[in-house]
Amino acid sequence: MSDTESDTDSTLRAILSDVLGLSPDRVAAFDAATGLFGDLPELDSMAVAGLLTEIEDRLDVVIEDDEVDGELLESYGNLLAFLEGKVAEKA
Amino acid sequence: MIASWPCPGPHGQSEEYAFAFDRGRMVRLLIVPALFDEANRTRRMLVDTMRLLDEAGVDSFLPDLPGCNESLQDFSAQSLHAWQRAMTQAARHFGATDVLAVRGGALVFPHTLPGLVLEPAKGGSILRQLLRARVISAREAGRQEDSAALLEAGRSEGLELAGWHCGASLIAGLESATAQIEGQRIVSQSELGGGGLWLRAEPAAAPEQSAALAQIVLAEIAT
Repeated sequence: MSDTESDTDSTLRAILSDVLGLSPDRVAAFDAATGLFGDLPELDSMAVAGLLTEIEDRLDVVIEDDEVDGELLESYGNLLAFLEGKVAEKA
Repeated sequence: MIASWPCPGPHGQSEEYAFAFDRGRMVRLLIVPALFDEANRTRRMLVDTMRLLDEAGVDSFLPDLPGCNESLQDFSAQSLHAWQRAMTQAARHFGATDVLAVRGGALVFPHTLPGLVLEPAKGGSILRQLLRARVISAREAGRQEDSAALLEAGRSEGLELAGWHCGASLIAGLESATAQIEGQRIVSQSELGGGGLWLRAEPAAAPEQSAALAQIVLAEIAT
């Protein structure tokens, strides 16, 4: 794993910790299969919108409306892979 | 604890609510809340900060923005300009000596007062997030909506965003608004420790953040 990828991973975990109010330890235990939207009742549409906006700010990427679908937010692994792609495009 | 203040509205003066610690002291802090849902998410933290300021000998006032919280005014009649006028009126009514604006509150605070601004938000970012929430919830309900088309309609007709009936002037104002900070100290979330409560899907108290904010406010207004 390159430095950029691991930075994206740790930034995404930090954002999820802030949005969900979970301890860093609990978020550190998320793996690729950990469910997000649908499995975490806190993540309603407003919270997802806040999450995406915060991701854009902290990773300096732009997420288009049509890129946001159920699959993207289904699991931690899907969201991370998508964002690593975005960060790599930027480089 | 409960105070009211006369606020200009579209139908003349109306009484608005403020949560207040008023013991007639010298230092009187007006707190301008964040906008939309962020106001609810940060309220408990701010009220706990106010209790600590009270213990430290500082009066503080947290007024409602017209149309929000306990206000009887119509939300859809509001604009950034109306909120700014209301907050200026509240500052005058309570004799505020200092101000603390929170997030989007920085778009409508009386910027002639000295004080602090906590993580100021841009109007465009607030609007973008509300539009995104609407597009996501529409998609969940099986409808396709487009942010750009919604915004276009909102500019002329107003728009319902995340349950808020925003008038056209509020939409137009948010699009381009940036905080007018004139020498107020900008407080970053990292100074409070922990994540910003406005991000939190489920609001909660954060006593350590309230304590940190109270210390920062006291240090700033004493100087």
